Amino acid sequence: MNRDIATAAPALEREADPAHATGAFLGARLTHALETAGAWLLGLLWILPLAYAVWTAFHPTEYSTRFELDAPLTLENFIAAWHAARFARYFWNTFLLVTMVLAAQLVLGTLAAYAFARFEFRGRDVLFFLVLLQLMVMPDVLIVENYATMNRIGLRDTIVAIGLPYFASGFGIFLLRQTFKTVPRELDEAARVEGAGPLQVLWRVYVPLARPVYLAYALVSVSYHWNNFLWPLIITNSVETRPLTVGLQVFSSTDQGVDWSIITAATLMTSAPLLVGFLLFQRQFVQSFMRAGIR
Amino acid sequence: MRSVQTQVIAWLLLLPAMVLLVAFTHWPAVATAWHSLFSTPKGSRPSVWVGAENYQLMLEDDVFWQALWNNLWFALGTIPTSIALAIVMALWVNGKIAGRGFLRLAYFTPTVLPMIAVANIWLFFYTPQYGLLNQVGQALGFASRNWLGDRDTALGAIMVVSVWKEAGFFMIFYLAALQQVSPTLAEAAALEGASRAQYFWRVLFPLLMPTTLFVLINALINSVRMIDQLFVMTRGGPDNASILLLYYIYEVGFSFWDSAYAAALTVVVLAILGATALVKFRWLDRRIHYQ
Repeated sequence: MNRDIATAAPALEREADPAHATGAFLGARLTHALETAGAWLLGLLWILPLAYAVWTAFHPTEYSTRFELDAPLTLENFIAAWHAARFARYFWNTFLLVTMVLAAQLVLGTLAAYAFARFEFRGRDVLFFLVLLQLMVMPDVLIVENYATMNRIGLRDTIVAIGLPYFASGFGIFLLRQTFKTVPRELDEAARVEGAGPLQVLWRVYVPLARPVYLAYALVSVSYHWNNFLWPLIITNSVETRPLTVGLQVFSSTDQGVDWSIITAATLMTSAPLLVGFLLFQRQFVQSFMRAGIR
Repeated sequence: MRSVQTQVIAWLLLLPAMVLLVAFTHWPAVATAWHSLFSTPKGSRPSVWVGAENYQLMLEDDVFWQALWNNLWFALGTIPTSIALAIVMALWVNGKIAGRGFLRLAYFTPTVLPMIAVANIWLFFYTPQYGLLNQVGQALGFASRNWLGDRDTALGAIMVVSVWKEAGFFMIFYLAALQQVSPTLAEAAALEGASRAQYFWRVLFPLLMPTTLFVLINALINSVRMIDQLFVMTRGGPDNASILLLYYIYEVGFSFWDSAYAAALTVVVLAILGATALVKFRWLDRRIHYQ
């Protein structure tokens, strides 16, 4: 960019030479073709595990390693998986879990973010640092101590216990604070002049303006907690509380002759809602993750 | 806005979130360090002060060292690979390429799937004899291998799954960054006769640096946290060849029920994460401002 015109001039001359230009054009075409091939190869490789799972789950067991186009389709594997474990219950547990976690995160995060964005108070910087610290030191690694805490307060083996450590999300607070800071002060003040209290201002001015960020955060949060495994594994030990991930693991690790087709069917079943949601809202999903990532 | 009333309102707004944050993040972090200095209560024997005994035990514990080394290799193996792949993917799907929609979908899909679920599929890929990888290998004339049951390949096999899961996630951040880059830069570079490689290394890569550092921090945290696949694929074996720190903490804490030693191990993980945090806050945030 900082180079002067003198160095740019020979490049222009080269461009004018017809033989050279054609060569360069063909070269560029070839590179482009090679890159397209590379991109597709990688793409197919990346989708392969899922494609394979779909193949196995929808065909009888004997076709799990035989790829013939006329292999009969079947839903038997899904039916067998559904009856082999209490998946209906696991689905319900996961649904309760992600809903509860998201609701708590949104309410607590909104209140806290509002305080950080628009109030000046003693200890704000220290508190904000504590919030940021949770981006690095997540409850995910504090399993030993949090297990002891849950035991002490008698919440072990409940769905609330799976969600509780995540109710206050440092990430959520940070994201919403950044958003609230972009809201023009004039809007805030106009509402105040009309006699609105702090909570009314928050509800009527800030929350509506942050709607896309809420959506982004919701998608990230739901997919995170739908997929979370280690903490739920530790804190639950009954069918009534286990989320899908733990249920799937318990189901597929019992070696009583469960065959691959059934396991892949169960695997697809557990991922299906997220996968379908992702396919339907692909654009929003990708944008959400982008929005959530730029900070 | 500095009245007493404002202060009270602000603190009330923060109270619920801060109480939970402290209760499940800051307090347990401190308590873990404190409890690592005591013995594990067993039956009628209460917990007693043992000072640094758990840490001495750790220094002599071969499994701990194995887990630490494995984690280091895991990080070294997965982070640069995922980042490089993420950049390449982002460049591809940001440009004009046939089937861009499908490619974005294909690259990103692993990110939304539960690790515990997809690990089952990978487990089957790696199965000896009739797993997909061995079938392809045998068709090409290679001997069948037990990828997950072999000390030499178990950790590598786990790393492949992790890269597959993460690369598309990181791609998103690069894609976002690339869309901010003005097209006039590429035109200017082309005008000056810069090759695409030159344009990438001299112009794009430096512009992507803030993204790379952000992704790097995330990847570091993930390399400590991402252990779900171990539960399905190797359980840390064979002979601890694929054990990672957090998995070892789980084993010690919830299979051997040695909570004091698990606490000491957690302190090591916390130290690693704390060092990462320090680097981020002290060094990175000062150099790059992206707020």
